[in-house]
Amino acid sequence: MNVAQRYRFIYKPLVFVAALVPLAWLILGAFGLFGFSLGADPVKKLEHECGKTALNFLMLTLAVSPVRQLAGLPNLIRLRRMLGLFAFFYAVVHFTIYLVLDLELNFAVLGADIVKRPYITIGFAALLLMLPLALTSTNGMMRRLGGNWQRLHRLVYVIAALGVWHFYWQVKRDVREPLVYVCVLAALLGYRWLRARARRPLEGVRPVLASTPQTGLSLHPSESD
Amino acid sequence: MRTRLPHIAPSEITPESVYLSRRALLAGLLAGGATSLVRANQSQENAYGPLTYSVNPMYTVAGEQPNKFEEIAGYNNFYEFGTDKDSPSEYAPKFLKSKPWSVIVGGECEVKGTFNLEDLLKGQTLEERIYRFRCVEAWSLVVPWVGFPLSNLITRFKPTANAKYVQFTTLYDPSQMPGQRDRILNWPYVEGLRMDEAMHPLTLMVVGLYGRVLPNQDGAPLRLIVPWKYGFKSCKSIARIDFTAREPRTAWNLAAPNEYGFYANVNPKVDHPRWSQATERRIGAPFLAARRPTLPFNGYADQVASLYQGLDLKLNF
Repeated sequence: MNVAQRYRFIYKPLVFVAALVPLAWLILGAFGLFGFSLGADPVKKLEHECGKTALNFLMLTLAVSPVRQLAGLPNLIRLRRMLGLFAFFYAVVHFTIYLVLDLELNFAVLGADIVKRPYITIGFAALLLMLPLALTSTNGMMRRLGGNWQRLHRLVYVIAALGVWHFYWQVKRDVREPLVYVCVLAALLGYRWLRARARRPLEGVRPVLASTPQTGLSLHPSESD
Repeated sequence: MRTRLPHIAPSEITPESVYLSRRALLAGLLAGGATSLVRANQSQENAYGPLTYSVNPMYTVAGEQPNKFEEIAGYNNFYEFGTDKDSPSEYAPKFLKSKPWSVIVGGECEVKGTFNLEDLLKGQTLEERIYRFRCVEAWSLVVPWVGFPLSNLITRFKPTANAKYVQFTTLYDPSQMPGQRDRILNWPYVEGLRMDEAMHPLTLMVVGLYGRVLPNQDGAPLRLIVPWKYGFKSCKSIARIDFTAREPRTAWNLAAPNEYGFYANVNPKVDHPRWSQATERRIGAPFLAARRPTLPFNGYADQVASLYQGLDLKLNF
């Protein structure tokens, strides 16, 4: 089995199953199966756990480039799309739980929340921004968009920042948990910034390389599977 | 005094079958090896000693069953034991020694000193009152508390004419309250009431829940309940009571003055800066039937609105 096949038939299915574990855990808890329980307020628990899982997958997605560069595992890029799509999936579930189970489909409250509650505004913005990325995640869209694909997908930095901010702002007083996400995100973005700086060519040479991605986190369509 | 309560639609009432099926589900969970949280609480309910009390029929929540014991004793904001909702039920029974207990009384009053809890309770008639409980986080419960009017206690201390406020202080002891090692709030937790609020017949000194001694995670052995205010006003595990001339500097108000006011009356028209207070979710209600409108003064407006005549409730939130 070559590397491509190993990823296709072993690693990707394993990651796929692992990525569904949080969902399975929440479903077992929601129905009280096998001794799992979501506590006295299952709706809030579902809502918060799905939101945090979405953030976890965003962080994992952003960790792919640093890890493949630092650990010398270039093929890790083959897992990135799936991780990103799971971030989107859990964000959609998070929003659906909020709308259906928490607000009980009260669209008036939803509208008021989005307009009046800054933390919900930014969370909703992050969700909307994820939509074009999910829609353009196919190989066909990558080919069609060419260089613009990468430019579009840099939105993931904005999305991750909005997502972490959404969590931070929503917490009543104990910000330790969202601060962990702030630190992780800062490390992931800081790494890219440092690497881009280190790789910045000498002033005179720059125009020649202007069209080359310099951030070191690029995903050429050809690099994907 | 008659307690008038707002009309509650029949659809809002949890049918007995649902209520019972939840209990059955719980029993099933226990049989199957539920999480320690559920199991611990279930065994705890019987672990607390019974109290002698009478039911006060004036204070019920029409058409609604009280929340289950394990909801009231398993879903708590009590940051002295951690900031997760299930931290207090995990750590408070382990760490807090709620017996023996004494309370220091001081400030603008004639009778001061340190009193054993037994002495404070001597001569008080315990009664059960079912109150709505509304958290500032927009969730709510219906709770059968056992206690006595705070006014009955206050008169014994003979507050002077200078006493305009009553200040309550939670125990400060990080060895018993491990959450106090983290400076989430400015410990010890301080809360306060205006004298007329403290003397109001609805204001309750609570020592029990469901006819038994109050679980530690609910503020044992002595806590306040002010049913028309957000839950954080109702100081738990009270170790000190002071009568003051000036408005007490309260814990949440100090932590975030733009978000938590001194009054903290339940008010659907005054939103928290970050979330709406117009509606609330009743813990334990069936899926898709938990959210309901929040009532002015948590449904006790008839009895308490007059306390705030002439006060701008938007400014004094």
